[in-house]
Amino acid sequence: MKPIFKWTALALAACLPLSAHAHRVWMLPSATVLSGEDPWITVDAAVSNNLFYFDHFPLQLEGIGKPQLPPSAPAPQSGPDGKPAAQAGQPGGPGAPGGQPPMRRPPNKLLVLAPDGSEVKPENGNRGRYRSTFDVHLTQKGTYKLAVANSGLMASWKENGQPRRWMGKAEDLDKDVPAKAEDLKVVQTSNRMEVFVTSGKPTDTVLKPTNQGLELVPVTHPNDLVAGEAAEFGFLLDGKPAKDLEITLIPGGNRYRDETGEIKAKTDAQGKVSITWPSAGMYWLEAELSSTEGVAKPVTERRAVYSATLEVLTP
Amino acid sequence: MRKRLLLPLCSLLAAPAFAAELQIGVEIPRLEVAEYHRPYVAIWLEKPDQQHVADLAVWYDLKMKDKEGEKWLKDLRQWWRRSGRGLELPVDGVSGATRAVGTHNLTFGGDSAQLKNLPAGEYSLVVEAAREVGGRELLRVPFAWPPRQAEQHQAQGKSELGTVTLQLKP
Repeated sequence: MKPIFKWTALALAACLPLSAHAHRVWMLPSATVLSGEDPWITVDAAVSNNLFYFDHFPLQLEGIGKPQLPPSAPAPQSGPDGKPAAQAGQPGGPGAPGGQPPMRRPPNKLLVLAPDGSEVKPENGNRGRYRSTFDVHLTQKGTYKLAVANSGLMASWKENGQPRRWMGKAEDLDKDVPAKAEDLKVVQTSNRMEVFVTSGKPTDTVLKPTNQGLELVPVTHPNDLVAGEAAEFGFLLDGKPAKDLEITLIPGGNRYRDETGEIKAKTDAQGKVSITWPSAGMYWLEAELSSTEGVAKPVTERRAVYSATLEVLTP
Repeated sequence: MRKRLLLPLCSLLAAPAFAAELQIGVEIPRLEVAEYHRPYVAIWLEKPDQQHVADLAVWYDLKMKDKEGEKWLKDLRQWWRRSGRGLELPVDGVSGATRAVGTHNLTFGGDSAQLKNLPAGEYSLVVEAAREVGGRELLRVPFAWPPRQAEQHQAQGKSELGTVTLQLKP
């Protein structure tokens, strides 16, 4: 890979970490069910194709390791997929003539919630070539939630026949994107990635939804999943049942098999779905939703992604 | 005459559960392995639908400082899910140290804390063993409580457990 492509991919990984396209973004906890008085977990966070192998890029998380800044290279015109690179920033930045460095969004914010709902600071953060790692000291009994969530707007339009892109907050749209732009498309995005970990008895406090974006509302506790048993999950979009939502589950370890082994399921009218686990192991759950329903100008489309790493235990 | 009839009748109705006895034998097999640690073992009663009823014993490293030994209780994963994770350890009369190779006998009278309020019905004795750098095994022995006659049941382990016996006395 040419260095410029490498840095483009890295910028992509930094900017679009929770997008369902191209690569998978995940966190992998060392354990999800723990006993004892003083348990810790360590977590890997990465962007890769295969689950759960860190072989592509680390997931950039705010406060975890040193941020990796690209060298001062001209702004690339396309990403490694050959598609135009999606870039964050202001006008005159990415994709614009003049070769300014690519604009980057701040790294994703990791939120670790303790069983009582308070925020916990991750420890021993480090960012390596292929993965970010951090530890969480589980000082309380009950269920913890690790979440990386973000939301914003993504605009694309044409200027002098050239494709332009912009990512940012709703309040900056007017300032940064010409209102009368040709072929203007504005996508409202929300992404959420979660991991659940329980010390002692499972609790429900951290499972309460924020009612923003696409979210999992477990009926079966996410740390009480056992091979051969059925688990029931509910999904919400902005707090309302997300019906007819397609859920994909991919078991880890796909380096050692030919098939992805994915399980697909769809939510019912109440936004609920039941999954019977065929085997024990770590699973990557993903649900993606795209809709033009109920969107308000200037937004033309709504996209929401939810993903989680779930551990299914042997009976 | 009436009194003489009633008395034995009463004792028939009330006595069985209290006089009954449940004797358990758990064999921890000798294993030819380079690194041997005594297994963690949990012994409990459950209903036929696997609903947990009562803990009879859990053997683990309870002498380690700072309760370090509790870190591996989750490896008794059925017991941890059904009961352990909700307990404040150690539990009096249930928690005990790990046991050496050999057969260990436990006796529970009908008046014991675990059995005295046990409704009549079908149950299983469950024995789960997990060993550091070793494997895990779980055995179930179904029985009916209270016993009407002396009975003996058993189950044979293949790896982490030897023979598990259950003797019931009315």
